[in-house]
Amino acid sequence: MSENREQPKRHGRTVGKLLAVAFGMFAFGFALVPLYQVICEVTGLNGFVSNRIVNEPMPEVDKSRTVTVEFLANVGGGANWEFRPTVRTMEVHPGEIYTTSYYARNPAGDAAAAQASYSVAPGNAARYFGKPDCFCFTRQEFDAGEGRDMPVTFFVSPNLPANVNRVTLAYTFHELAN
Amino acid sequence: MTAATHDEHHAGPPSSFLDRWLFTTNHKDIGTLYLLFALLMFFVGGAMAMVIRAELFQPGMQLVDPYFFNQMTTMHALVMIFGAVMPAFVGLANWMIPIQIGAPDMALPRMNNWSFWILPFAFAIMLATFLMPGGALAGGWTMYPPLMLQHGMAFPFAIFAIHLLGISSIMGAINVVATILNMRAPGMTLMKMPLFVWTWLITAYLIIAVMPVLAGAITMLLTDQYFGTSFFSAAGGGDPVMYQHIFWFFGHPEVYIMILPAFGIVSAIIPTFARKPLFGYSSMVYAVASIAFLSFIVWAHHMFTVGMPLAGELFFMYATMLIAVPTGVKVFNWIATMWRGAMTFETPMLFAIGFVILFTIGGLSGIMLAIAPADYQYHDTYFVVAHFHYVLVTGAVFSLFAAAYYWLPKWTGHMYDERLGKWHFWLSVITVNVLFFPQHFLGLAGMPRRIPDYAVQFTEFNMISSIGGFAFGLSQLIFVWVVIKCIRGGEKATDQVWEGARGLEWTLSSPPPYHSFTTPPKIESSAGLEGSPR
Amino acid sequence: MKVTKRLGARLGLGLGLLLAAGPAAASWGMNLTRGVTSLSQSVYDLHMLVLWICVVIGTVVFGLILWSVIHHRKSRGVTAAQFHHSTAVEIAWTVVPMLILIAMAIPATRVLVAMHDTGDADVTIKVTGYQWMWEYEYIDEDIQFFSRLDRESDRVRQLRSGLDPREVENYLLNVDKPLVVPVNQKIRFLLTANDVIHSFWVPDLGWKRDAIPGFINEAWAEIQEPGIYRGQCAELCGRDHAFMPIVVIAKSQEDYEAWIAEQRAEANGVPEVAAEEAPVEEAVAADMDMDDLMQRGEDVYGAQCAACHQADGRGNPPMFPTLAGSDFVVGPAEDVIDIVLNGQGAMPPLGGVLDDADVASVVTYIRNAFGNETGDVVQPADVQAAR
Repeated sequence: MSENREQPKRHGRTVGKLLAVAFGMFAFGFALVPLYQVICEVTGLNGFVSNRIVNEPMPEVDKSRTVTVEFLANVGGGANWEFRPTVRTMEVHPGEIYTTSYYARNPAGDAAAAQASYSVAPGNAARYFGKPDCFCFTRQEFDAGEGRDMPVTFFVSPNLPANVNRVTLAYTFHELAN
Repeated sequence: MTAATHDEHHAGPPSSFLDRWLFTTNHKDIGTLYLLFALLMFFVGGAMAMVIRAELFQPGMQLVDPYFFNQMTTMHALVMIFGAVMPAFVGLANWMIPIQIGAPDMALPRMNNWSFWILPFAFAIMLATFLMPGGALAGGWTMYPPLMLQHGMAFPFAIFAIHLLGISSIMGAINVVATILNMRAPGMTLMKMPLFVWTWLITAYLIIAVMPVLAGAITMLLTDQYFGTSFFSAAGGGDPVMYQHIFWFFGHPEVYIMILPAFGIVSAIIPTFARKPLFGYSSMVYAVASIAFLSFIVWAHHMFTVGMPLAGELFFMYATMLIAVPTGVKVFNWIATMWRGAMTFETPMLFAIGFVILFTIGGLSGIMLAIAPADYQYHDTYFVVAHFHYVLVTGAVFSLFAAAYYWLPKWTGHMYDERLGKWHFWLSVITVNVLFFPQHFLGLAGMPRRIPDYAVQFTEFNMISSIGGFAFGLSQLIFVWVVIKCIRGGEKATDQVWEGARGLEWTLSSPPPYHSFTTPPKIESSAGLEGSPR
Repeated sequence: MKVTKRLGARLGLGLGLLLAAGPAAASWGMNLTRGVTSLSQSVYDLHMLVLWICVVIGTVVFGLILWSVIHHRKSRGVTAAQFHHSTAVEIAWTVVPMLILIAMAIPATRVLVAMHDTGDADVTIKVTGYQWMWEYEYIDEDIQFFSRLDRESDRVRQLRSGLDPREVENYLLNVDKPLVVPVNQKIRFLLTANDVIHSFWVPDLGWKRDAIPGFINEAWAEIQEPGIYRGQCAELCGRDHAFMPIVVIAKSQEDYEAWIAEQRAEANGVPEVAAEEAPVEEAVAADMDMDDLMQRGEDVYGAQCAACHQADGRGNPPMFPTLAGSDFVVGPAEDVIDIVLNGQGAMPPLGGVLDDADVASVVTYIRNAFGNETGDVVQPADVQAAR
């Protein structure tokens, strides 16, 4: 095909291109992380709440429709915190803003910190669920034995699919290591 | 192997053992090393499978602790995938690609040496984790967090070993691509290449594209564990399901990395023993290419039960079902190649026909698994175990046996013992079905996978399966004996070896000279290559 | 010819087994269950449809191979044809499979859509997976409990127990406290996990769904017949993955309501243990003597601790520390009580699972077994003080 002398050069070019592909794919593996976030926001995958709708103009309140919102609480593995919603369910009208709260208590004899993550079910409701204000993903400091209410402000968009009449908001409370 | 005596034109292999094997840059020697290493690992992984089948022989816990059982299932998979099947195919690529395309050696001989010699070190580390406090990895070869983060010392070491394996595979794959693209003999156009070369070219691209993704995923696991990131931890805003997406983005193409070269092997063997050109050469090439493409967009069928949106599940279900079309084309092409041929049934042909039939069974159960709502029942049961063992054992491994019998006479210069070869085939093909077929029933009846103990209604089929497993394991010792016997002597093989064989490798002596095709052969249109009519 | 016969026989056997899957299902358990929900029945129908299509395709393909192997062999003196291409045939075997696939995709899509419709549920149950047990929470009823492998199976399944699993009723598929649900009501399951990923699978309900820590998954079932339905965790979740079964008892509406009332009464009045083990309950307030504590401690240890720390206390370090000869275990009792109640790292908190007497017993036990000899006892009152 070619003179022997040219062979090393051609190999060098091929190897260079292929190595670039390999490194590119390594980077792509990491790029999947933000990409996944975007996909979750758009599709509500895994109950990921896109707060995008919080910034959109709020449609009219739909008084004719009632949706049940139920609140769940989990404590992440190993920890023994007391963590529960102050009310278990609420009947809400789409478009109206509501406030509720969760109660958490640090049972230990030392000050401790915890952080909450959340998930919304069903997944196709997640993008119509807005939380202008919530305690999630911020470090919550507790003194020894301290318990307190933590407020959540939320609303359900009137665009919520018609076949969804019950939406679950679940918080998981994870103790943070120092 | 015994090439020295046949080498008239060029320097033979170095005489010192170390120079010959440790520092070798010869594609044939490196190919031999890969193949022997793979055979060794096949028995290491096989021994672990024997432990699994022994514990599952009857209900109750008789032999090993459940945690050790989990180490067995995990390491069995890692050893078989990264230690046996992949290195065996790389070994074949090293041996055969240069002599099938008329090249003097691989494009990058020194890197070739490195890609092999990384392997024994990586596996030494991986197997050494058994001796570490807490034992080896036990969270499944898929390494799902958060379970993966519960390991002890084994965790960082195993990840390091897998990184090494990935580097080795990527280097091997780059070498294959460079060889095929740059070193074909004049006149060897792409569409004249033997299908084994074609399938390896596509496989090599798959390896280069997805092994780095695996490296990324396990690096994220490592930083989650030791450097406080939370890619996969819900506590810090991450998501364990994301790991599964990234892993299977690697994992599904990985499945095809282990089966595409098998397609190439079978496409070489069936025409030889049917004495008839391969049917639909170009459609074979397109089918392999489209399977490779589809493999990138079907990954989530491994995780239908994680709770994806409806639209996502539908997309992955349809895309997965679509794979049946090019795969079907290949099976039909093989049958059409056999059709109205003049077949003989030497051991390579037996294994090739065994491959076509049993791989098809694996393919058909694959279609069933693709149906998402039914997969909600099948997922993570023995039905899945049966499916992927039909694809990987009676698929990939059978094709490797077929290849070994097909090319052993070329490699060693001696015919293997045909009688023993037939014994090996018939014992394997019967016992492998006794081993894996009942697992379909177990899965459908409700037995989950990766469990060391089970409810008593699963006893009978597990016993049958275990007996098949022990017998299949023992049958493989015949293969070792055949190989040793063939290396040491036997009837002299002709250059042509098989009456119907076509292709450049059969123009060389058996065994081929240590350095072959130092002047490129001339490819004529009537050379009888697979793409062209005879 | 020998070759042909063998190949034929083997193929015949394989297909025969596959075909036998239907009728022989009862005795040998070879096929998927029809289940007891509308979903499980549509999944079963779909499964049988696809299975039969695959059997037919397999029969045709293997029949062609067999025919070819018999007739197109060199020993018959045939000469090989040299054709290698036929556009018409190739188009046909691309298009026909496509059509077959579409025929399968249509019903599959319908069932999948139905599965995703979790709206209008009558009962909502939250299911949480733990290493290695399940927690059930009836959202509207304020009822919550744990469910784990029954003690009988648990004793038999210990490594080299020498006991025969065949003599245990529902070996590995029985629990101490089953999930109770009403029939003919749409039950919505909310699935999550506490530690690692688990998967909730009762074959008779027609699906399995992963329980993922930090996230909520949804699935539903409407059971048509009262009965007991068994399943188990389907996602590898560590050492005792095989030992966290699920038992669902479906009851008529009246029986279900009676059960709910009973649970409420227990939750509000007497503690749950009281109903089952009344005499022991009386002893809880009072101090217990060493023998009682050790005996009860051994039971509790076997059920709760031996999975990780092993029956002989040697553990499986570094994940599961050794208790035998441990300075921590024989150190201050308050620290040991604290870790049992509140957990630490991979160790789950057992404060919600064990009562004071259980904790006192098991702490006493580990401080005086496996060669540990503190000689002291921990009383239920100490545990109560530590809560």
